[in-house]
Amino acid sequence: MSDTKFSKEHEWITLDGEVGTIGITKHATEMLGDIVFAELPEKGSNVEKDGTAGVVESTKAASDVYTPVSGEVVEINQSIVDDPSKINADPEGGAWFFKLKLKDKSELDTLMNKEEYDKFAKETSA
Amino acid sequence: MNIKKTALYGLHKKHNAKFVEFAGYSMPIQYSEGIVKEHNITRNKSGIFDVSHMGQLFIKYSNDITDKLQEILPTDLKNLKINQSKYSFLMKENGGIYDDLIITRMKDQYMIILNAACKQNDLQIIKNKLNDQNLDMNNNLSLVAIQGPESKTILENVVSNVSKLKFMNGENFSFKNNEIFITRSGYTGEDGFEISLPNNVANFFVKELISKGSTLIGLGARDTLRLEAGLCLYGHDINENTSPVEANLKWAISKNRINDNFIGSHQIKKQIEEGVSKLRVGIKPETRVIARESTKIFDEKDNEIGKVTSGTFGPSVNASIAMGYISNSHSKTDTKVFLEVRGKKVPANVCDLPFYKKSYVKGEANV
Repeated sequence: MSDTKFSKEHEWITLDGEVGTIGITKHATEMLGDIVFAELPEKGSNVEKDGTAGVVESTKAASDVYTPVSGEVVEINQSIVDDPSKINADPEGGAWFFKLKLKDKSELDTLMNKEEYDKFAKETSA
Repeated sequence: MNIKKTALYGLHKKHNAKFVEFAGYSMPIQYSEGIVKEHNITRNKSGIFDVSHMGQLFIKYSNDITDKLQEILPTDLKNLKINQSKYSFLMKENGGIYDDLIITRMKDQYMIILNAACKQNDLQIIKNKLNDQNLDMNNNLSLVAIQGPESKTILENVVSNVSKLKFMNGENFSFKNNEIFITRSGYTGEDGFEISLPNNVANFFVKELISKGSTLIGLGARDTLRLEAGLCLYGHDINENTSPVEANLKWAISKNRINDNFIGSHQIKKQIEEGVSKLRVGIKPETRVIARESTKIFDEKDNEIGKVTSGTFGPSVNASIAMGYISNSHSKTDTKVFLEVRGKKVPANVCDLPFYKKSYVKGEANV
């Protein structure tokens, strides 16, 4: 996972060719608590960097999911909509949210690496 | 203002509680298990709740105390038996509710349990009514609830003979030479008990319950449990502008008091005779979308007909659930409505309460 990048909104992205896979971080799920609802963007829709691209709700509150980069949604993970508890169980693996065909790969440069994100997460949750 | 802590604060901390400020108190919202697991532990086994932030008011009997209390509560206190508890309301002139409460007739005094956020205001109202400015909350006592099917056996192991108590009845018991008062009651829809005991034994008592197999549960699960059971949360589902009739809590007004005089009785009588314009109902969205408090409710013609007052995900019913006030014309069970969530209209149905069937136990004597 060394080339996984992270956003300040607690999303992660890994790149495979032109396609990025996006989810929310383990740290985000720990802050949210038990996730009981997930809403994903529509396949084929276009999303803009830092724009809303879904919603997760815990028993406590609703939170928007933002996309860390712009692109076209080419695939969504229906299994987390059907069983949102998967997001708490495996947030940075099987419980990815959606896949994007990236519009501009250079947008990735604005994101943090693992080390930077861990530090950011620790500071902001203190 | 300093944030207050209950006598059990240190124990919560030891059990990795996440704290939240609630009514001026630092209270555990959840422990390391998380809300859904804590909810399930309570439904399937047994959970312990620290509710020491709630007010415990004791009023010694005197000549006219019952008459005076009946002026502010719509409950028949004259026929309340010793050790019996009733759910009641502190009434407002407009028929609204200042607070919902549990009143118990003890041997030489009434015990009234009040909501934490309302208790100071309640106290003032009661003081004025009784003309007793010395009346005060007992701050030397903690209040602990143990709820769920295994609670009876667990508590029996710590306090002998509690399982003989009937639902909504209490009695004095002894714990390590301290007098404690236990009622068979709670706010989760499960069989359970509420224990009023001195602060200095509260930690030891709760540790005993844990060692016998119960688990500390936070306010987060308390909310999902009470909502599944269709129970109201003051300040959300009921308030100063909702009457017991509108809140569908008419059952809590004693029948022989409907034609009696108490604060707000004129309004209550009118509503019972002429009907109400809005009514509290259960609402079940057709999808997993959660309709939180203040979500607007629409009819099929897009007219706004009400608002959600509580909404969450119910782990035991595995569905999104809500309660709210809806115009009486649309309050019938199975009426199709629409909830506006994040700009979209989500189909939902008016449904009967509770979402989760209560399993109160009426006590060994009735079995």
